Amino acid sequence: MDESVLTDHPRGVAKERHSSGWGKKFAPYLLSLPAGVWLVLLFIVPLFILLVQSLETCSPATGACVMTWSWGELPHQVNLYHQQFVTSLIFAAFATIIDLVISFPIAYWIAFYGGRRKNFFLIMLLVPFFVSFIIRTIVWEFILSNNGFILTFLRTQHLVPSGFHVLGTSYAVIAGLAYNYLPFTALPLYVAIERIDRRVLDAAYDLYANRREAFLRVILPLSMPGIFAAFLLTFIPAFGDYVNQEILGGTANTMVGTVIQNSFLVNFDYAGGASLSVVLLAVALLGIWLYARLLGTSTINEYL
Amino acid sequence: MSLDTAPDVKASRERPLGRKRKVGRFALPTYSWLVIAYLVFPIAVMIAYSFNRVIGGLQLVSFSWNGFTTLWYQQWSNVPGLTAAFWLSIRLALVSTVVATVLGTLLAIALVRYRSQKFRGKIAVEQVLFLNIAAPEIVMGASLLGLFVTLNIGRGFVTLVLAHVMFSIAYVTVTVRARLAGFDRSLEEAAYDLGANPLTTFRLVTLPLIMPGVLAGALMAFALSIDDFVTSNFVSGSSDPFPVWVYGATRVGIPPQVFVFGTFIFMVGIGFAFLSIVLARKKS
Repeated sequence: MDESVLTDHPRGVAKERHSSGWGKKFAPYLLSLPAGVWLVLLFIVPLFILLVQSLETCSPATGACVMTWSWGELPHQVNLYHQQFVTSLIFAAFATIIDLVISFPIAYWIAFYGGRRKNFFLIMLLVPFFVSFIIRTIVWEFILSNNGFILTFLRTQHLVPSGFHVLGTSYAVIAGLAYNYLPFTALPLYVAIERIDRRVLDAAYDLYANRREAFLRVILPLSMPGIFAAFLLTFIPAFGDYVNQEILGGTANTMVGTVIQNSFLVNFDYAGGASLSVVLLAVALLGIWLYARLLGTSTINEYL
Repeated sequence: MSLDTAPDVKASRERPLGRKRKVGRFALPTYSWLVIAYLVFPIAVMIAYSFNRVIGGLQLVSFSWNGFTTLWYQQWSNVPGLTAAFWLSIRLALVSTVVATVLGTLLAIALVRYRSQKFRGKIAVEQVLFLNIAAPEIVMGASLLGLFVTLNIGRGFVTLVLAHVMFSIAYVTVTVRARLAGFDRSLEEAAYDLGANPLTTFRLVTLPLIMPGVLAGALMAFALSIDDFVTSNFVSGSSDPFPVWVYGATRVGIPPQVFVFGTFIFMVGIGFAFLSIVLARKKS
């Protein structure tokens, strides 16, 4: 959306009259003050506290933490839990790629062929959000369980061997992640594809592009910012997720989120948990920084 | 993540694409409906299991289908901890929705109205919003826990509200901003010209016009709050909201009433969502 259209008033005189006052000068700051204060105090400041906590050293015996201003805890924790980091990375990457592949065609269809029912289809994409995240995951546990109707059916039809199971495997975790984060992928893709000017596509066809070429050389490049936004909005939360792994993945293949949760809520090792969180946050910031670097900061908020 | 980013202008020039449109006519719709079926499938299973009979002494849901019953709907409040958690979640969602919607809407107005020359720090604000939406929830939850422990604030309903408003504001702002983008400011100018002061203008002109967007934002905030597990788990202390309670119950087994509440929340949510579509259509 071109901003100048919104802010520039056609009648310069009227605009002048209303923007001259003292209050007008401060209006944007006054309007954003309450939300700004809330976000600074409860989002930005806590992140700094996290950073500070990661510089402490906690005694495992007493649980008391002392500020040591050392980064020692960070490599120590990464060393200890690098396996969980790798697992999280692989699971999140697979889930994100699956989501991108699944949602691109449907985003394309809604954007180009949705017509008057666009809003209906967008709501249908958001339908999982109306059921609690935890319940969604538990229901998948039901569906995929050995006694669930799908595996029971497959077993009785001898389509799978009797020892076949899905629950407790990496596949179940990836499937759960892919399901839970699909809307986060589909919506930014939809926004990006919706913005593509159809005349550009028509021009490609007029210049004898076939469907494949039109897709690869027009649609795909033009939806790139959306693909990147979708990637970030899916990969980052999936990387920090641990609920899917705990409910669907059994005891093996623990993700880093579980370690963080246990550090804070079970072992009271705040320095350790904070160090791992800082690493997680660094991954997120790196992704956002790359996005801003490659596609410009203004593009970022267009795809939210 | 806004619900309604489709400007109506585009609908008017809805026309066939390219030359070969077979994919658009058959394969794509079939595929898309399959994806929607995939998204809806677990919800249908949840609703079905809320009618599942339980065999054996413990009233816990089983993986296998044992026959139809409406018993759990009759005994919906028979699990005290669960009922308390549910009402806590409802109160929490209502309070945080109201606060987040007001704060988020004001911020959205500031972002749409003023360019960065007049609104210094606008880009920083937008980056904070993006970071807020993209940040891993566990990091936000852990950092809030750090804050509350450092300041020695006891965890409970208040900290839950503080946290839920924090992660809802950005979504509300983004949703309202998308709707505000097509706002016709000459209507406000007309109100000024007719002698209305800024407050009256806002109440009688601006607010009614942006109401569909504000409602969509509120819906988003409500859904986020009632759905949230990770952040709540860190800041809830001993007062467990619905998702935290259910998560705790997974270790021992889930009473069937969980699915009754899940079905109820789903029905209310989807009802409001479709209501907002209908309202938006009427407005336009």
